[in-house]
Amino acid sequence: MNMIQAINSAMDVMMARDPDVIVMGEDVGYFGGVFRATAGLQAKYGKTRVFDTPITECGIIGVAVGMGAYGLRPVPEIQFADYIYPALDQLVSEAARLRYRSAGEFTAPITVRSPFGGGIFGGQTHSQSPEGIFTHVSGLKTVIPSTPYDAKGLLIAAIEDNDPTIFFEPKRIYNGPFDGHYDRPSKNWSAHPGGEVPEDYYRIDLGTANVVRAGNDVTILAYGTMVHVAMNTIETLGIDAEIVDLRSLVPLDIETIEASVKKTGRCVIVHEATRTGGFGAELSAQVQERCFHHLEAPIERVTGFDTPYPHSLEWAYFPGPVRIGDALKKVMKD
Amino acid sequence: MSDASRRSNLPPLALHVPEPKFRPGDAVDFADVTVPPVDAARRPDTSERADAFHDLAFGLVRVLDMDGTAGGQWNPRLSPDAMRRMLRNMALTRAFDERMFRAQRQGKTSFYMKSLGEEAVSIGAAAALADDDMCFPSYRQQGILLSRGCNLVDMMNQIYSNRGDKLMGRQLPIMYSEKDFGFFSISGNLTTQYPQAVGWAMASAAKGDTRIAATWCGEGSTAEGDFHSACTFASVYRAPVIFNVVNNQWAISSFSGFAGAEATTFAARAVGYGIAGLRIDGNDALAVYAATKWAAERARTNQGPTLIEHFTYRAEGHSTSDDPTQYRSAGEPNAWPLGDPIVRLRDHLIGLGEWDEARHAAMDKELSDQVKAAQKEAEKNGILGHGMHQPFDTMFEGVFEEMPPHLREQQAQMRAERASAGVTVGGNL
Ligand SMILES: Cc1ncc(C[n+]2csc(CCOP(=O)(O)OP(=O)(O)O)c2C)c(N)n1
Repeated sequence: MNMIQAINSAMDVMMARDPDVIVMGEDVGYFGGVFRATAGLQAKYGKTRVFDTPITECGIIGVAVGMGAYGLRPVPEIQFADYIYPALDQLVSEAARLRYRSAGEFTAPITVRSPFGGGIFGGQTHSQSPEGIFTHVSGLKTVIPSTPYDAKGLLIAAIEDNDPTIFFEPKRIYNGPFDGHYDRPSKNWSAHPGGEVPEDYYRIDLGTANVVRAGNDVTILAYGTMVHVAMNTIETLGIDAEIVDLRSLVPLDIETIEASVKKTGRCVIVHEATRTGGFGAELSAQVQERCFHHLEAPIERVTGFDTPYPHSLEWAYFPGPVRIGDALKKVMKD
Repeated sequence: MSDASRRSNLPPLALHVPEPKFRPGDAVDFADVTVPPVDAARRPDTSERADAFHDLAFGLVRVLDMDGTAGGQWNPRLSPDAMRRMLRNMALTRAFDERMFRAQRQGKTSFYMKSLGEEAVSIGAAAALADDDMCFPSYRQQGILLSRGCNLVDMMNQIYSNRGDKLMGRQLPIMYSEKDFGFFSISGNLTTQYPQAVGWAMASAAKGDTRIAATWCGEGSTAEGDFHSACTFASVYRAPVIFNVVNNQWAISSFSGFAGAEATTFAARAVGYGIAGLRIDGNDALAVYAATKWAAERARTNQGPTLIEHFTYRAEGHSTSDDPTQYRSAGEPNAWPLGDPIVRLRDHLIGLGEWDEARHAAMDKELSDQVKAAQKEAEKNGILGHGMHQPFDTMFEGVFEEMPPHLREQQAQMRAERASAGVTVGGNL
């Protein structure tokens, strides 16, 4: 399966198991979503469980909060993560705090799915990585898969979770892993172990990172598309790096991270989002707090630049193997 | 559903989810689309209060009959020259769209959006507005730029993100910014331009200027909160602004029912805000012209905002990334009862003896050659995908007026990386 099919399968499995799961969003119904992630669901589960919405992101999330208060489990789609900002108030002030402020009388068990990230010539309004905005909010969970297998298991866990979750889907790897070289044809998921996806139910608990490659020289912390770019980089450099795919940023599997950095003594953090105040800064702080005495070199961050996503220069913006390789060489020097 | 909430004597509630009338494979019959005669709508004096003509928000202002004759109170009685200019601008828009659409299909750029079938909306408005009135368009009003004489090569350079692109390849193709042509920078985020247009109009009024603002969005986008904030501000401050809602029936795969069309018209949104509302035949360039002229006069005489719903049809896909045969009947574009805006104005001029088929064919040929020549010229500046056309370190410029230290540092880091990797042109690091 590719990642879109795996995501579709997760919703399918959950809708079949739980009649309270509903899917909503712009173009998700009859058409099955602009990326086809909800294809076939309306035909299978009917229009009251899978429906198109008006084009209003604050409305979509606000309505989902109300549905959640009734007892449903809405899985709203925001067509591109770049369009989640009109919904910020409903997410940040409402969904995130409902449980807390009502002392558990009301909750918002919603899973907001949204494609994010660059690499598809989407320009500044179809490429952003806004995860840092959400990890900063108490009460929201933020999950980002890097393979079809993980996408399905994590999405199922998110739908089962009783708290609001932001589920960002790296659209660059919807159809296949990506090695960081824009001019090479991307491989198919069918040739990748993460593309082997069981048809039925399984879950990957939120807050469990995955050590996708064991190694001794340096720990690379990454998520989403960057896991694949990091993988490719160390293969070409021949560095024995341990790569930790975070899979969920909140809750964060800090134990796995800590154990890895203590073992390797070095840490490189990779993400596509802009640098300043990005999730890499949080990771760096936590690693420093817990592993300071084990570190043999300063922690390095490889990130997008602090500029809006430029359409025609997107490949200069996108963190690739050279940028990651330079950071690795730098931490390996000491 | 909890048993406690089930009341035995009441029927269960049911959720209504709108459904369009036709899906792929269905035969199309638009018989229930009411197309009133051209003399059905009265034309109020521009000083009348908005609540005196609520009926106009529910009818359909028209000037051109389907047989090409003009009539009714809204007939702007334009000179043949003025009408020929509008006809030409519509044909130019179509020729431009056709060529750029093909360029995208040939891999010369990443994206394109046509306005096929709704050219009258931009062209009629541009003809009625003053050239220095400020437009806050969405992505389907390229006709305004073409009407205002924007250079075709400049527009194409933007589409190709090439070295002639004054936006330095930063924006998606078609997301122009042309301050000199009174054309605000287009956002990819729907309807953000609506309150901005109101703000510009309020500023113009506060400063005692005479210029007004106009803005456009699709019917689907009227659902966005920004649309409603804009209406409230415009109503409260009587901002000299024209709100255009281009009801082309489809928002990507969602029909207009998902924006509320089953319950009322989009022009009727105006009623609740106390704004003047007009629903007009958007495929009738003369009706668009007349309505815009009227709304502009209201704005210029401090009668406040007008909301115009342009009832039209999106004859092509949403964009080059869309395949409309997946969600709507292929028969729809041809069955659309309001016809083709170019054909309608052409027939009108022919009926007046001011135009003929041969001149029309010659004009089409001339425009196609003009667009082709512009394309050749633009492609000399490069096409998207053929390497980088902007120096990579321009990426860091213009984020702020002056580059702060952290960006200077990142720019230097990138230069060093590229130098060490020996990468001077395209390619990622
Ligand atoms: C805030 C926001 N949400 C979603 C989108 C994705 N999107 C782009 S165009 C579009 C449909 C707009 O339809 P409509 O307003 O009817 O205009 P039309 O394309 O028909 O001219 C959608 C949902 C977006 N660009 N911005």
